[in-house]
Amino acid sequence: MISLTWYLIFAAALFSIGLYGVLARKNAIAILMGIELMLNAVNINLVAFWRYGDLANIAGQAFAVIVFAVAAAEVAVGLALVISLYRRRNTIVAEEIDLMKW
Amino acid sequence: MSGVEIIFIIVAIVTLLAALFVVTTPNLVHAALWLILALFGVAATFVLLNATFLAVVQVVVYIGAIAVLMIFAIMLTRRVMEDSGPQINSNWILAALLGLVLFVGLTFVLINSGAANASLSDLVVDPVEQLGKELVSPNAYVIPFELASVLLLAAMIGSIVIAWKK
Repeated sequence: MISLTWYLIFAAALFSIGLYGVLARKNAIAILMGIELMLNAVNINLVAFWRYGDLANIAGQAFAVIVFAVAAAEVAVGLALVISLYRRRNTIVAEEIDLMKW
Repeated sequence: MSGVEIIFIIVAIVTLLAALFVVTTPNLVHAALWLILALFGVAATFVLLNATFLAVVQVVVYIGAIAVLMIFAIMLTRRVMEDSGPQINSNWILAALLGLVLFVGLTFVLINSGAANASLSDLVVDPVEQLGKELVSPNAYVIPFELASVLLLAAMIGSIVIAWKK
């Protein structure tokens, strides 16, 4: 039997890798990819807790479904922003997008 | 070690390696392809956890929609990032350190928590049926479910407006 700890450590590793991607990548699309990895780690955690907890309570899976919807919405808006930025300023490097920097 | 454990370890290693390539590969198209492999690994993890519906949704929504959308966006914005040196910023050492510290800390906490004592119970009802009923049941998750559809509509309209060519 696989222990719950294994799943949680796997998800923690995936989350940390995603965090590194978000913080270290220059390209805005690559940052979005890091966010996707982090959201997936969260989903693994939710489903693992559902499986090892009270099975009559389906909240873990229901939350994971909502996370899917939020991830899809986030990517749609994020990529639209990237495309719009590319058109107006011809860059998608996160460091160069400093219009709102004070 | 039982067969399931071996499968889990293989899936976990493949997923984590793919995720590492996603955040380190300089070529963004390759990074997107590695992302697809990582998402497949997560789908396999869902299967191992008996969440079959979520595994299918993972493949359809994440790989079928999100990853393809990302590849589209990469192709559309390709010119600016091509052959322009390193793809990581100057803070990457700090970022790697933070990720490592987070992982070590989380692992430490998880090993010392009671998570290892949690045991698997047998599935008595079909989880797909249960999820389907509860997602539209007024006593359970119908409001979050409907809110998610409103959110998706708002995101769709928002992204059209944002990306509109004036």
